[in-house]
Amino acid sequence: MSATPAARPRPLAVEYWIGFAVVVVLLVVAPLVLPPFWQRFATEILIWGLLAMSSDILIGYTGMVSFGHSAFFGLGMYGAAAALLTVKPPSLGLAALYGLVAAGVAAVFVAYFATRLREIYFSISTLVFSQIFYVIIFTWTEVTGGENGLTFSQPRLALLGLWSDRFTPTTFHWFVLTVVVISYLLVRRITQSPFGKVLQSIRENEPRTRAIGYPVERYKMVAVMLSGLFAGLAGVLYAIQNKFAAPDFVFFVVSGEVVIFNVMGGMGTLVGPFAGAAFFLLLREGLSRFLTEYYLIPLGIIFIIMIIFLPQGLLGFLRRRLNA
Amino acid sequence: MLVLEQVDAHYGKSHVLHGVSIEVRAGEVVGLLGRNGVGKTTTLKAIMGMARRSAGRITFEGRDLQGVPPHGLAGLGIAWVPEERRIFRLLTVLENLRTGLDRSGITPPRREALLEKVYAYFPILRERRNQPGGTLSGGEQQMLAIARAMMLEPKIILLDEPTEGLMPRMVAQIQEIVHALHRDGVAILLVEQNVPLTLDAAERVYIMEKGAVRHHASSAELRADQRVIHEYLGV
Amino acid sequence: MDQVLVQTLHGLVNGMVLAMVASGLTLIFGIMDIVNFAHGDLLMLGAFVGASVLGVTGNYWLALLAASIAIAALGAILQITTLRPLIGRDPLTTILATFGLSLVMQKYALWQWGPSVRRISEPVPGDFTLFHIQYPWYRIATAVLAGLILAGLWLFLKYGKYGIWIRATTQDRVMAQAMGIPVPLVYTAVFAIGSAMAAASGVLFGPFAGVTQTMGFDFTLRAFIVVVVGGMGNLGGSILASIFVSLLESYAAIVVSPAQAVIVSFVVLVLTMLFRPTGLFVPTPK
Repeated sequence: MSATPAARPRPLAVEYWIGFAVVVVLLVVAPLVLPPFWQRFATEILIWGLLAMSSDILIGYTGMVSFGHSAFFGLGMYGAAAALLTVKPPSLGLAALYGLVAAGVAAVFVAYFATRLREIYFSISTLVFSQIFYVIIFTWTEVTGGENGLTFSQPRLALLGLWSDRFTPTTFHWFVLTVVVISYLLVRRITQSPFGKVLQSIRENEPRTRAIGYPVERYKMVAVMLSGLFAGLAGVLYAIQNKFAAPDFVFFVVSGEVVIFNVMGGMGTLVGPFAGAAFFLLLREGLSRFLTEYYLIPLGIIFIIMIIFLPQGLLGFLRRRLNA
Repeated sequence: MLVLEQVDAHYGKSHVLHGVSIEVRAGEVVGLLGRNGVGKTTTLKAIMGMARRSAGRITFEGRDLQGVPPHGLAGLGIAWVPEERRIFRLLTVLENLRTGLDRSGITPPRREALLEKVYAYFPILRERRNQPGGTLSGGEQQMLAIARAMMLEPKIILLDEPTEGLMPRMVAQIQEIVHALHRDGVAILLVEQNVPLTLDAAERVYIMEKGAVRHHASSAELRADQRVIHEYLGV
Repeated sequence: MDQVLVQTLHGLVNGMVLAMVASGLTLIFGIMDIVNFAHGDLLMLGAFVGASVLGVTGNYWLALLAASIAIAALGAILQITTLRPLIGRDPLTTILATFGLSLVMQKYALWQWGPSVRRISEPVPGDFTLFHIQYPWYRIATAVLAGLILAGLWLFLKYGKYGIWIRATTQDRVMAQAMGIPVPLVYTAVFAIGSAMAAASGVLFGPFAGVTQTMGFDFTLRAFIVVVVGGMGNLGGSILASIFVSLLESYAAIVVSPAQAVIVSFVVLVLTMLFRPTGLFVPTPK
């Protein structure tokens, strides 16, 4: 038997695409076979998964823990709400545009300040920023509806003025699935690119990356912006699905849950966050049947046990192979 | 008393020590010489449980140190004076000493006696006893580090390059201290780059190179035949 | 003018309570590099325990003592089971673990004590008059008590044998171990002390606004801010920063709503992190 060189993980290629295709097909078929409640549930997992994936860009790839994603998510929601309330007839494209711009502006703001700070200070400041946004949204009642939030009607799915139709839960699910798949492929492309490699190098050893000559701050800023945009996109989708925007979603607990999805699912994998979101939401669903609102007690304990004993999360073992 | 047998140790990702075997008997002063980076400090760190061991045994008075927690070594009688001294800079001189003095089972008269003894060796410490450790000069900090170790009434002191960066006058003082400790019956494992001082203070010397012990002789032999020193240390 | 005076008193009193919370947090961070997300929830549980003991015994001081001891024990248990295994790992893991603890603790409190607001009645009745204003005595008493507890903490750290152990471990854990100081025990003890102080703050603060499961988060957030502004690990700094930030917030509340006044502390935090990251009240390191 010939000696094999020291293990460099084989890139996944074929097995990966097969697995990916299988999952996508399952998700396409899902709304056709599942009862309405679970149908909706599946769509929600996709949306939260998208949010968690956006956070993974920062946590898993750049090594920056953000507790501020609730702000980007919330602003995506409120931005979409603004479009859907002010422009008649309600337009999908415009909702997306407003939402992304709102999230994007917040991302620029956070990026500018936060990327100058190291590690724990960065994390605390993202927490603080998201709380600032929360306070503004909560108290600026005239514009944001304050505590009660905003309700609006769902826009129609319109394709370049050619054809438009109301969403059904099924078609909406497919719409979300399309958006999420495209987002995933895009982000994956980005993380595999030279840019993505630099981000990973920043995570591994920031001083060294800086010493080599990379403008680390600029890379970080772009990473925050990307992350914020996709988080905002998730917010737009959520707003459209539920037809309301509420300050609860801007509260920092949402950010915390997002980080939980990342950790449970496996950081630095992009698919991990989806698995983490699914795992958490399914557990929550199951546990709250027996325990109503106290589901968080066992769920929290499971989370803590996972941190201690399974720190790489459910899919973390894939990380090296996915990023070879 | 202190025996290292075929110890392999790692610091971070590097495999630093290869099959190191060293012995220090009760009351002995043993020297450990070698150029920079050969693993002398890592050897001390391995004894203190701070380097990951992949092979070999370290025993003290017959007891394997493998399972002993880092804070248990002082109680066994092993004191460490690290290369960087590591004075508690924000604690006063007296408080620094108290980290070793405040042990269970030590009576107030014993405490007083120990303190007095150490102040006798190092009068400057008595003078500066209420000053923060960080305000002391390099030489004074070295004395404090040694005094602090003495507070543990140890059976062996691991002394890492005590004369590094010190003026000749201080070096002489350190030499005096080592002699005094020896007279008191304290064993010393002396890591140094100062060859004359080591040959004077120690009875036996190990010479290390590239993480392994290359030569072992009495200081008398080494003084007689300078070639060995020359070969390994280039002096 | 009266407004300013009242707000000054508010700021000072709130600042003292916050100082107690923040000193626990900064001690814990300084010695074991743990950012304790659950600190405010320890306060919350302390307040609930205090309210229950008060309900049973009618004695405020007993409630204060019982809460402190109970939560100190809880803190020790949590540190040993959940945080000790994480020593040496990425600091992110302790933030996450304490975040998880925070969620569990809040829901546990909901389960144990139900959703209605608990009351802790004032230990010292009546108001006193200063110029034209009336100000409740108990708030002054709270500030004084907080001050006494903080002074006690300071004395303990400065003079006791264990105070030396704690300070040595904070400065150089490895050397402390080499000197025979049982560092794992010191860690647990410090966490317990921090927890006790948080719990005591909870009972002291109880009469101000009632006891609810969510009262902790506000304190955690403010305590974080103050710890950073005061210099992480710097006890004196966090006390000064607590008073400084609380005063600023109180004054801001004259112009904007209290909910919005909290933004002031956020701004102070951001400015500190950008321009003097080692802390506002810490001399710039040479």
